[in-house]
Amino acid sequence: MTVDAVIVGSGPGGSTAADVLTAAGWSVVIVEKGRNHLLDPDDLTRPAADFSNDELKFRARHFLGPDPLVEPRTFRRSEADGDRTVVGEVNSVPSTVGGGGTHADGKVPRFRPDDFRLLDLLGPQPGAEVADWPVGYDELEPYYTEAEWSVGVAGAAGANPFAGPRSAPYPMPPGPPMYGATLSAAAAERLGYHPYPAPTAANSVPYDGRPACNNCGFCSFFGCPIHAKGDPVALLRRALGSGRAELWPESFVSRIRVSGRRATGVDVVGPDGTTRSVGARHVIVAAGAVETPRLLLLSDLDHPLLGRYLMCHFQTLAAGSLPVRTYAERGRAVTHVHDDMIVGDAAARTAAAGAGLPWLRGGMVEHAGAALPVLEAQHYPWGPAHPRLMADSPIRARLWAFIMQGEDLPYAHNRVDLDPSVRDARGFPVARVTYRPGPHELVASEHYGPRLAAILTEMGAEWTSVSTSPGRGNASSPAAVPESRHNMGTVRMGTDPATSVADPTGHLHGVDNVVVADSSVFVTSAGYGPTLTLVALAARAAHLLAGTGPPDPAPARVSPAPG
Amino acid sequence: MPVWLTEDEYRVLAAACDRLIPATAEGPGAVAAGVPDYVDGLLGAFLVDPPRIWAGGPTSGRRGGDAAFTRFHSLSALDELAWRMRIEGSAGHAEREFNGPVVGLQEQVRTGLAGLGADFAAAPAAEQDARLRADPAFTEVLYRHACEGMYGAPEYGGNREGVGWRAIGFEGDVQPRGWTDDEVTAP
Ligand SMILES: Cc1cc2nc3c(=O)[nH]c(=O)nc-3n(C[C@H](O)[C@H](O)[C@H](O)COP(=O)(O)OP(=O)(O)OC[C@H]3O[C@@H](n4cnc5c(N)ncnc54)[C@H](O)[C@@H]3O)c2cc1C
Ligand code: SF4
Repeated sequence: MTVDAVIVGSGPGGSTAADVLTAAGWSVVIVEKGRNHLLDPDDLTRPAADFSNDELKFRARHFLGPDPLVEPRTFRRSEADGDRTVVGEVNSVPSTVGGGGTHADGKVPRFRPDDFRLLDLLGPQPGAEVADWPVGYDELEPYYTEAEWSVGVAGAAGANPFAGPRSAPYPMPPGPPMYGATLSAAAAERLGYHPYPAPTAANSVPYDGRPACNNCGFCSFFGCPIHAKGDPVALLRRALGSGRAELWPESFVSRIRVSGRRATGVDVVGPDGTTRSVGARHVIVAAGAVETPRLLLLSDLDHPLLGRYLMCHFQTLAAGSLPVRTYAERGRAVTHVHDDMIVGDAAARTAAAGAGLPWLRGGMVEHAGAALPVLEAQHYPWGPAHPRLMADSPIRARLWAFIMQGEDLPYAHNRVDLDPSVRDARGFPVARVTYRPGPHELVASEHYGPRLAAILTEMGAEWTSVSTSPGRGNASSPAAVPESRHNMGTVRMGTDPATSVADPTGHLHGVDNVVVADSSVFVTSAGYGPTLTLVALAARAAHLLAGTGPPDPAPARVSPAPG
Repeated sequence: MPVWLTEDEYRVLAAACDRLIPATAEGPGAVAAGVPDYVDGLLGAFLVDPPRIWAGGPTSGRRGGDAAFTRFHSLSALDELAWRMRIEGSAGHAEREFNGPVVGLQEQVRTGLAGLGADFAAAPAAEQDARLRADPAFTEVLYRHACEGMYGAPEYGGNREGVGWRAIGFEGDVQPRGWTDDEVTAP
């Protein structure tokens, strides 16, 4: 068979491409290596009933995959560590129909105009390959708007004083603030920061045929039992409802077939282990920023920079206990964020100068609590202290925290390549991540960590502690895999084939019909979750491909469902 | 009656779990909550079909909706390979050894329990703790699973009737009811 496009991966990126291309009349096959727990197998435009408020299933037992025993990745900090120090779970995002969108809690802010042009505005950083994006905010803005309306984002335009200009409001108002976030937002404001309701891809009112979120609290790391999360379920259901898309779950794309400058299709290993070829006029790769370079390497689509500049947000976590319960088990995991620590101020400039750096940037700060008792219990020691600690609950019921998604600069030494000997159960070499934070990330974290802790103290915290992932100094063990699930940058986008792997439309340089539609193409990582930006870029790439051009800012395709 | 362990092994397991999470004034200990059955049930997950790996969705019936957690999911071939590797180990099967041999939970627990000694259940508490501390790798595995059995959903065999959750004031799964906006913002 031959289709207009084969799309590799059904996460936010692949689902967006499927939605835009099917709306333009294209036939597509979405090939997804994970299982389908998202959509009703008897009617793919309807939700399945597999998701639940079940900590064991989602946090302890790999329900959404990838299971590290059959699909491991490997990790090392640098070549000096040898071939690898870890085999298993490394920067994992679910491998399932819907990809990471299924269990992300979906904070989806836009990047700001400055985030696309750091080199121009701030200049270089020694050791890093900071570059400007070939696409700017103004060009992306209509696609941001399209993404917010097609996914369904609840937010308050104008609430973030640092945000870029918008051509349309959010389609829904923000949902209810979590109690703990009302305390932390007030404390942050007293200290001069500017918290705002996190733009979130979860319905605050019925929208697009799906219900409003009912605040169940099993949000980050869980599939939504009522399908109030729009990303990517809305996109996928629309694409499949067009009648022009097929979804192939449990099917692994092992190779993109290329002849000269053209891809002719892909090889797919099906659920029964047999391989078949599918012909396609275009191949859209949206396997996530770790699996996308793996597939390109497995396909011998080599480029000296392929897999390099992996960025994953150097997270700084400040946590503390309040004297009162914070009720973080009620609501959408994070309802407030602030941007002050990525925007910067005079103190940040002084800290950079003091450390010998030209500039530094932190990241967006999430106001968050903790909701999961199994995870909590495993952090306490065993024995008689255990029941007392669980009842007192300093690190769950009374915890509050700030997580800064620190901007990771692009370094050539941080990369994805193929592990020389570790295989997945299908027999293919797995992705190996080589990653360590650079001086910029460490200095930025050092600067902002105590400032985050100070907000907790202002809230009345009994104690505070600051940590990073991976740990710094002595905590940087050989097994220190970053906690961040934001992976970016391994197929850098740019105009010059010598310094980038993909062109400004997402096409691989040197191949006419392979388009990368995920965060692999990011040039820098900003300090925001990557998802809305990768959805906007995937929408742009698909529109350019189909010749449908930027959409009307007043989106016609989605109409809010009656309340 | 244990489903996978022998009666003797189960007795040692139960005594060990009750040292890891003892009964106190705050609430029941691991044995009263069914933690040993949780561990034994995981080791014997493949004795029933579908295996007791993933409880169903979307609701448990505790806050409305169907009691769907009791309908466990069936596994794909790849899922089954992963979970047999995790529980049974590679056990000489070539298709489980693509990255070398894997020691499964069954072997880890059986060996670990044997190391605690057949007389473990009758030993004084201080002696029991010393034996647990003498094998930190096994105790870590056991404690990780004891926490799962204490505070995970009751359908997996532990947290009997929600006693683990009640002891810590946790509501457990709340769909389809969820929380009202007021309960979220002004609890
Ligand atoms: C707990 C959690 C919370 C998060 N919260 C946020 C947040 O608040 N905000 C935010 O912006 N981001 C968040 N993220 C990150 C977000 O999930 C990712 O940015 C997003 O899912 C990336 O989308 P993608 O389409 O590029 O890739 P993915 O979602 O990774 O999807 C790729 C899909 O491709 C499939 N695939 C890979 N290789 C192959 C192959 N060879 N053949 C077939 N299929 C293949 C995979 O199985 C996967 O399903 C969070 C992630 C996690 C884990
Ligand atoms: S908190 Fe809301 S969006 Fe999140 S899983 Fe629960 S119902 Fe769904």
